[in-house]
Amino acid sequence: MDTIFALASARGRAGVAVIRISGPKAHWAISQLCDVPSPRRAALRALRFGGDVLDQAVVIVFDQGASFTGEESGELHLHGSLAVVAKVSEVLASMDGLRLAEAGEFTRRAMDNGNLDLTQVEGLADLIDAESESQRKQALQVLSGAIAAKVGPWRAAMLRAAALIEATIDFADEDVPVDVTPELRDLLQSLVRDIAAESRGSVAAEQIREGFEVAILGAPNIGKSTLLNALAKREAAITSEIAGTTRDIIEVRMSIAGLSVTLLDTAGLRDSHDVVESIGIARAKARAESADLRIFLAQDRAEVFPLIPRADDIFLLGKGDMRGASGPSVSGKTGQGVEELLAQIAQRLEGKAASAGVFTRQRHRSALLAAESALTKAIAFLPKASEQPELVATEIRVALTALEGILGHIGVEDLLGEIFSSFCIGK
Amino acid sequence: MKQFDVIVVGGGHAGAEAAAAAARMGAATALVTLKREAIGVMSCNPAIGGLGKGHLVREIDAMDGIMGHAADRAGIQFRLLNRRKGPAVQGPRTQADRKLYRAAIQNLLGQYETLSILQGEVASLLLDSGRARGVVLADGVQLSARAVVITAGTFLNGVIHLGDQSREGGRVGDAPSKLLAAQLADLNLQQGRLKTGTPPRLDGRTINWDILDKQAGDDDPTMFSFMNNAPFVAQISCGITQTNAKTHDIVRGNLSRSAMYGGHISGVGPRYCPSIEDKVVRFADKDSHQIFLEPEGLDDPIVYPNGISTSLPADVQQDYVQSILGLENVVITQPGYAIEYDFFDPRGLEPSLQLKALQGVFFAGQINGTTGYEEAAAQGLVAGLNAALLSQDRPMQRFSRTDSYIGVMLDDLTSQGVTEPYRMFTSRAEYRLALRADNADQRLTGLGIELGCVSKARADSFDRKMASLSQAKAALTGYQFSPKELQAVGITLSMDGGRRSAFDVLAFDGVTIDHAAQLVPEFAAFDRDIQEQSAKDALYVQYIQRQDRDILRLRADEALQIPSGFVYAGLPGLSNELSQKLQRIAPANIHLASKIEGMTPAALLLIISYLRRDRAVGRNG
Repeated sequence: MDTIFALASARGRAGVAVIRISGPKAHWAISQLCDVPSPRRAALRALRFGGDVLDQAVVIVFDQGASFTGEESGELHLHGSLAVVAKVSEVLASMDGLRLAEAGEFTRRAMDNGNLDLTQVEGLADLIDAESESQRKQALQVLSGAIAAKVGPWRAAMLRAAALIEATIDFADEDVPVDVTPELRDLLQSLVRDIAAESRGSVAAEQIREGFEVAILGAPNIGKSTLLNALAKREAAITSEIAGTTRDIIEVRMSIAGLSVTLLDTAGLRDSHDVVESIGIARAKARAESADLRIFLAQDRAEVFPLIPRADDIFLLGKGDMRGASGPSVSGKTGQGVEELLAQIAQRLEGKAASAGVFTRQRHRSALLAAESALTKAIAFLPKASEQPELVATEIRVALTALEGILGHIGVEDLLGEIFSSFCIGK
Repeated sequence: MKQFDVIVVGGGHAGAEAAAAAARMGAATALVTLKREAIGVMSCNPAIGGLGKGHLVREIDAMDGIMGHAADRAGIQFRLLNRRKGPAVQGPRTQADRKLYRAAIQNLLGQYETLSILQGEVASLLLDSGRARGVVLADGVQLSARAVVITAGTFLNGVIHLGDQSREGGRVGDAPSKLLAAQLADLNLQQGRLKTGTPPRLDGRTINWDILDKQAGDDDPTMFSFMNNAPFVAQISCGITQTNAKTHDIVRGNLSRSAMYGGHISGVGPRYCPSIEDKVVRFADKDSHQIFLEPEGLDDPIVYPNGISTSLPADVQQDYVQSILGLENVVITQPGYAIEYDFFDPRGLEPSLQLKALQGVFFAGQINGTTGYEEAAAQGLVAGLNAALLSQDRPMQRFSRTDSYIGVMLDDLTSQGVTEPYRMFTSRAEYRLALRADNADQRLTGLGIELGCVSKARADSFDRKMASLSQAKAALTGYQFSPKELQAVGITLSMDGGRRSAFDVLAFDGVTIDHAAQLVPEFAAFDRDIQEQSAKDALYVQYIQRQDRDILRLRADEALQIPSGFVYAGLPGLSNELSQKLQRIAPANIHLASKIEGMTPAALLLIISYLRRDRAVGRNG
């Protein structure tokens, strides 16, 4: 039995986001992130993975037999940001034996373990119905549009590949072409190439759907909040002359060049002995790591920030109104350089958006990656295709199954149809 | 009235296997057939097994059935298909001597003390309060039984086409069972019509064998039965020839006279066994098709030309056959013909092959839309077993896609139905690497012993084999070798890899049984067949583990049975359309319910919860 996880709260920005984990490795998975609290006790924990702090979270675990699903389980109450949820999900998905839950799977497990009564099931059934109805509509849209245009040819190519190898297995005695490997290799290699390209593009596609995060960073009292308000054209953040006014992250959702963007105002970066301010600073750094684009407001041109620089970071001198013409600068107070900055942000984000593929969801990306990996293995088995065609066939089948969620089901009848229409079978 | 536990109607491959299975289960069984001497007749090609089909025969044998034994006794040219490929896709096949095969089946059936073979025509079913209680024969004799297995094959409304001539009948020379067909029609079961064809039969003495290529059997023949290890009779070779441009011209020029192309046949034929007309039309770019000339027996001059089935008139058959190399002067002993027949939509059956619409009646074989002796016999085995279980008030036995090709076939038939004659292929089995011909006994004989359909001799031999296999595996997994130790016996792996057991490395390319024996001296002491089986078991372990998750899920869904008579109407949250559909299809378990078109996760959830509640309060059994 796999251990499954999923966002249990609604998608999108919220105060708190809850990720639920259930299955035999639930407690183990949490132990990879923090000390596991005793069952049924809420505990505040820093979630760490691979040296990174992912978030401060309230962590609760439940023992087998004493949870919603009846299985060993746990909940991570995270800060309700898409970036945090995405990062924690990614980390969990990378753990051995864990995978994203399917729709209704927690409930299904709860029911399998006898943990739901009938009225509960009926209520949940309604919910799932609504969910699957919207998924169905979404799937229909997907299938009638750009994804269909990608998937149609893949489906045909995979069926052809499967048919080629299956024909050498099931009709070994008959008039099938002796060596199918050249065509098979071409088919598989171009599939891997196309799918890999799409899976890279899907990262940007998901960002377009969920929105880009743009963080404003810099020392205290450099005018970050003032700039945020100027960009947002409203008083979203409190501004004052007192350094360290902004302690938590302030998010403002807006549209830049038609792209959905969340601007983040962050606590000023400095060494602080104030406990609350220190937490704010740590959080600012974490968000800066996960943001899609960063604007650094510098005090002078030599300032070094405590973050690893990226090629597309935007560096400007802050409080431009007090500086004269000593270099690219911006001032939220006077509006000087704000339009230029907006144009610059738009240009950078459009560059990211241009690489977007048509696959917009994490689920799609997982499927693409699984298919790509299986097809790569199939290619590796090709030199032995005449001795062990069943291994090539198995990997192609794995790839097909992986794409099933996007493709719709490919039944064996489709496969046989392809074989019979291609080869004269029947001695 | 004569009393039986189980009555089997029909003595074809399904009927014979069904009767044998019921008899092995200790049920007092009657096999009623039109012609006693026709039991075990191979009406089409004289061969048993193949890819997928050979797997089915092995599974029948693992349950102690008769088809494997009979094929071994009658086998005159054994070939393990895909011999050079992996064990998961190897399928045993043999040419069979028709007379020997029929004799073997009749001899094997004769050994069951609880089996009576009666000659007669079944006119109707005896019904009592909505379930079958026996049958009435055409001469008025009544036979009672708790369960009736109907294996009517192509006898149901069969029509034979030879060019523009057609007449009623099953096999040439047999009368169709019209009375029984009429009664089954009263049940309002969904029906369809299929067709199949046969090639002309040739007089082998008029074939110029000297100029033809030959295909011999394997040097070390692979038997069907786990109880046999060598052929019983002399082995022969088949001839190989091919059609040519002239053959195709003759066929093309006479298409309008073909029953199939002349519009006389409405049934759907199989895509995988096309007639020569189909081949010429659909694959017009090919100027030659292979033909295997298969002798029908050791002392039988008749030859079955595999690959040129047809429904052209006899004179055209003569012309095109004589255009083929080696057949220039051949005499046709019986022209080829096409046959159309009715089948009942197998979605009307439970996975036990019991009719949903009528308790106590089971269908097996071609009547369910399948083709092939092996598919028929496998269904016969299932129907016979379950008929016996029903008569003994025991729960039905379900076969799963995860444990057998039999399970794959039953699931395909009862959930998807058929659109062309259903034939088994290995590509139908998604767990192909686990469901191998070589491990059919490991998968099924234990179950057979549990059910009581396996003889003591086989059970003992199986237990010995399993004990040896488990000792051999223990020896192979007992020690983890370092890459360096492996290298010492000639197995090269990357040196930074971890330690591995001999069982692990047997899955690697180039690692042989001899390597394993060098690593593990105890393993060297085992018999060769145990060593070979261990190596086959080791080969796919990684893949099989990867599939285990899917398998567990599928088994859990199959295990959630929906009692027959479960009422869907009134389940809150279930649409009228869906509840009517569910009521009509009456899926036997949650896996089958989930495959119904239009099924939603929410509806499944509801059904599951009601099933659990019913179980908790002890309703519906």
